[in-house]
Amino acid sequence: MNNAERKDYRLLLHEHMKKKYRKRIIIDRLATIFAIVCVVAAIIPLGSILLEVVKNGATALSLEFLVSPQGSIGSGKGGIGPAIQGTIIVVGLASLIATPVGVLAGIYLSEFAGNGIFPSAVRFLNSVLTGLPSIVIGIVGYVTIVLVLGSFSVWAGALSLSIIMIPIVVIVTEETLRIVPHSLREAGYALGISKAKITLNIVLMTAKSGVLTGIGLGIARIAGETAPLIMTILGTSLFFSSLEGPVDALPLRIWRLASQPYESAHSFGWGAALVLILMVLGMNVALRLLAHKKGFTVRAEV
Amino acid sequence: MVSLVAFSVFRGSIEIFSYEGVIGFLTGTDWNAVEGRESFGALPYIVGTLASSAIAMVIGVPISLGIATFVSEMSPPRFAAPISFVIELLAAVPSIIYGLWALFVFRFWIRDLIEMPLYNAFHGSIPIFAKYPFGLDLFTAGIVLAIMIIPIISSICREVMRVVPNSQREAAYSLGATRWEAVRIAVFPYAKAGILGAAILGLGRAVGETILVTMIIGNVIGIAAIPTTLFSQSQTLSSLIANEFNEASSDLHLSALIGLGTVLVGDKKK
Repeated sequence: MNNAERKDYRLLLHEHMKKKYRKRIIIDRLATIFAIVCVVAAIIPLGSILLEVVKNGATALSLEFLVSPQGSIGSGKGGIGPAIQGTIIVVGLASLIATPVGVLAGIYLSEFAGNGIFPSAVRFLNSVLTGLPSIVIGIVGYVTIVLVLGSFSVWAGALSLSIIMIPIVVIVTEETLRIVPHSLREAGYALGISKAKITLNIVLMTAKSGVLTGIGLGIARIAGETAPLIMTILGTSLFFSSLEGPVDALPLRIWRLASQPYESAHSFGWGAALVLILMVLGMNVALRLLAHKKGFTVRAEV
Repeated sequence: MVSLVAFSVFRGSIEIFSYEGVIGFLTGTDWNAVEGRESFGALPYIVGTLASSAIAMVIGVPISLGIATFVSEMSPPRFAAPISFVIELLAAVPSIIYGLWALFVFRFWIRDLIEMPLYNAFHGSIPIFAKYPFGLDLFTAGIVLAIMIIPIISSICREVMRVVPNSQREAAYSLGATRWEAVRIAVFPYAKAGILGAAILGLGRAVGETILVTMIIGNVIGIAAIPTTLFSQSQTLSSLIANEFNEASSDLHLSALIGLGTVLVGDKKK
């Protein structure tokens, strides 16, 4: 093989690589463009939803709208007072049930349980519970409480919503307690403090913001649930009367309003949607920003 | 707690299963709640559920992967945090608000921008586009479900892709890979299991979603709920429960609806 021939091969190889390389660059660019298009495609709906809800909801908002019960159907009078009140009552009650259960279960899983059969089973069932469709949880509320007591009630709604919220709180609590550094616990042991005190006063306090974030996210999640409420609290156009009676809730009211054929009802629906979205998104944004901030300070300290 | 769920769903549905038989309930297509002529079959709603979820997955998974790839691999860090924040917000919007938006806004976009052109272009020569579109149908429901599950899938995929060790990427780059090739040969295989898990979680969400679907799927019952075209009205298990629960007068009818819930749980376990 003489020198000229070898040069020829190198040239050929070079040409070949160049051609291939151009194709690879084009594919790379296409993939990037596809990814950007995906991001834009996902953000358009959010923009549109927020825009429409604010645009259509703002016209319905007034003080009367927020506090008074609904007027006669199609009249366009009244407001969604009972729905707001009902949402606060049911969600409040549900979080009162779910918070202690969820946080204690989370503490158990992270601090006391280890990796035996029972804790693994609890973790597994807990994640199954997060995956259950919410309407099935509504059926649970219906069968266990509504059928037994014989009436649609606040209790049934609160129980169903707490079943949705508990697994969220459990998971977040366990995760946050796990990232508390072991040295803190050991420092407690070195001072001869009992395990219960260490858990409550040291571990839980350190992980406080994370646990609170979990609770907040759980509340925001259940505030927007509709399906389980259909079969537990039923909905009414009156204000709250007793814990054993039916009550109204915002998502439920939106659903009912949207299925009425009147313009005024639709505008009320948008108004209710605006109130709901302000509640839920406001809570979410605040909590996430807080967690973000806390996360950074914690990391800086450690 | 799970056993409580299983127990109550089972107890509620035992009546319908003994009336229709398990097989009869799963494969029947009639749905008649008139007293004396009761007949309940769940097959059309099972098909409707699977079809709408399938559409949602086909649209939702590639887009979610695209978003996750962009955020974790391609975008400058300046954009990554705000984008993932916005996507997470999208996950927090209650489904009833998606439903309201889809019913009053999005359905017209879909009808005018996608369904009508498709219908006009083929004039019924392709069977799946052969129904005059109305906006409230399987296709719209599938797309809105996709919009709803995208944030969930993409934020999990992002997390999974973030934990892929940098050495993997560096190895690919050192072999001369372009950025896309690095993602394809180093990141995707490593994150495969996680991405699959995210997709399954999204599927679970889509299958169980109730209120959103009830508002836009058109709500037909009986044999008509088996979709013959992409633009047919249909019905899913959960939307049927939501629609009829308040009107259910007889115990048998109630029990049939709860039986649908049982099927729904069974579906998801698979």
